[in-house]
Amino acid sequence: MISFNGITKRYPSGREALSDLSLEIAAGEMVFLTGHSGAGKSTALKLIGRIELPTRGQLIVNGQSVGGLRNAMIPAYRRRIGMVFQDHKLLHDRSIWDNVALPLIISGTPRRELDKRVRAALDQVGLLGREGSFPVELSSGEQQRVGIARAVVSKPPILIADEPTGNLDPDLALEVMLLFKRFNEVGVTVVIASHDVHLIDQLGYRRISLTGGRLATSTQSQVHA
Amino acid sequence: MLNVGTTNKILRFGEWHAQTLVASLGRLTRAPFGTALTVGIIGIALALPMSLEVFSMNARSAAGSWQTALDLSVYLKMGLSEKEVSASYASIAKQPGIATAQLIMPADALKEFRRWSGLGIAIDELKENPLPATVVVRPQPTHDGQAASVSINLLAHNLEAIPNVEHVRFDTGWVQRFTAILDSIRRAAWVLGALLSLGVLLVIGNTIRVDVEGRRNEIEVLKLVGGSNSFVRRPFLYAGIWYGLGGGLVALTLVHALVLALKGPLGRVAAAYGSKFELLGPNLGLSLALLASSVLLGWLGAWIFTNHQLRSIEPGQTQI
Repeated sequence: MISFNGITKRYPSGREALSDLSLEIAAGEMVFLTGHSGAGKSTALKLIGRIELPTRGQLIVNGQSVGGLRNAMIPAYRRRIGMVFQDHKLLHDRSIWDNVALPLIISGTPRRELDKRVRAALDQVGLLGREGSFPVELSSGEQQRVGIARAVVSKPPILIADEPTGNLDPDLALEVMLLFKRFNEVGVTVVIASHDVHLIDQLGYRRISLTGGRLATSTQSQVHA
Repeated sequence: MLNVGTTNKILRFGEWHAQTLVASLGRLTRAPFGTALTVGIIGIALALPMSLEVFSMNARSAAGSWQTALDLSVYLKMGLSEKEVSASYASIAKQPGIATAQLIMPADALKEFRRWSGLGIAIDELKENPLPATVVVRPQPTHDGQAASVSINLLAHNLEAIPNVEHVRFDTGWVQRFTAILDSIRRAAWVLGALLSLGVLLVIGNTIRVDVEGRRNEIEVLKLVGGSNSFVRRPFLYAGIWYGLGGGLVALTLVHALVLALKGPLGRVAAAYGSKFELLGPNLGLSLALLASSVLLGWLGAWIFTNHQLRSIEPGQTQI
C-alpha cells in the first residue's frame, strides 16, 4: 500500500530528515511511527501526503509513484488520503458541519448526500449533535475528533495522523487511538506518528522506530496479524 | 442528448457555484468598510470615462437638432423666365436627400433684402432687380456629423449640375470642425477609459491579493484536503465579480447624479438660445455595457492576481 524505497529527504536548509529509508506498510495495516522529535516521523508523513517531495528514492502510495504526480493530479491524490494534524487545522470561521463537509464538497458530492455522510462521520467520533457549533466552542479533544471526522468522511483508503494525541491528556489520547483502531478494523490503512511509547505499547500494533532519519527497529504486531 | 449522470453533474456544479457566489457576497458584507472603499474607488474610476461618453453622446444629438445651419442656397442664373425658373426648381426638388426646397423669386428676395438690410431707399433707386431666383434646400436630417458633411458635398455637386443653376452656397466647415472636436472627446473618453480600466484591474487585484494573504491558512487547509486550484480560486473570482458589479453600480449612480445636476442649468442655457436641447443620461444599452465591462474587469483582476498568488501558497511550507 505504502512503500518507501531508499527515500532520502533533504530540506533546503541542508538538514537531512530521512536517509535512505526503506519500509513497507501493507494494505489494511495499522502502524506507529515513533522516534524522538527530529527523527523524521513528520517528514515521512508529509511525503505520503505529497506535502513534501523526496530528494531521492521512490515512494509508492496506492500504486502510484508520488514523485511522478503532475501538479494537476495532486488534489485527486490527496482526496484518497485522510490527514489528521496535531493542531487539527480546522477552519475557525466555519461550523463543525462545514468543516467536516469540506472534503465532500471538494470532491463534488451531491448535496442531498452531504448531511447524511457528515452526520455519520460525526457519529463515529461521538460528536453527533454538535454540527452547528464552531471549533472554538469545542475542547481540544473534541476538535481533534472533528479533524478525524473530516479525514474519514470521504472514506479514504489511507489515514495518516501526525501526533494526533500530542495535546491530549492520557484518557482522551487513548480514546482517540481507539477511534483510529476502529477505522483500521473496517479496512483503512492507518499510519500514526507518535512519541507516546507507553500508549503505543498498550495498543500493540507494529511499531516503526526512526532514529536520525533511518530505520532503527520495526517490531511485529503483538495482538494483530 | 445528455445522459442523466452528466445532467446531474452539471446541476451539482451549478448548485455549488451558486452557493459559492452567495457565500462570497456574504463575506464581503462582513467587512463593509473595506468593501465600500474598493467599490467606491472602482465606481469613481469608471464614472469618469462614462461621463465623457455621455457628454459626447449629448453633443452629437444636439448637433443633430441644429440641421438648419446646414441649409444650401441654390442661386439660379440671372434673367430667367418664370417658366425656366419653375423647371429648374422642379428638378432641384426632385434630387434625392432633400427634406424641403423653398423657391424665392427675385422680387420676393429683393423685398426681403430691403426689409432686413435697412438700405430701403438705395434699393428703390435700382433700375432692375440685381437678385437672382434662389432655392433654399434643406437636406434630410442625419445625426452623424461626418456623414452629413459628405452627403451635403455630394448634394451640392449634383445641384450645381442642374441647368440654369449658377452657384450653390453652403458651409460644412463648421460641421467638420464640430465633428472633429466631438471625435477628440470620444477618443479621450476611450483612452481615459482604457487607462482607468487598468487602474480598476489593479485595485481589484490588490484587494483580492490582500484577501488571499489573509486567508492563507484556510487556503492551505483546502489544499490539504484535496482542493484543486480552481476550487480554491472560485470564491475569490466571485468576490471580484461582486466588486466589479458594485463599482459599476456606483459609477452609474454618479453619472446619473451628474446628469441630474446639470440638466436644469444646461436646459436654461439651451432655452435662452431657443433650443429644445435636453441633457440625457446614459441609455439602457450604455448602462448595461458599463456594468458588463466592470463585472468583467472584476473577474479578470481577481483571476490574474489569485493565479499568481495561489501558486505561492502550498501546504509544504508549514508544519503538519
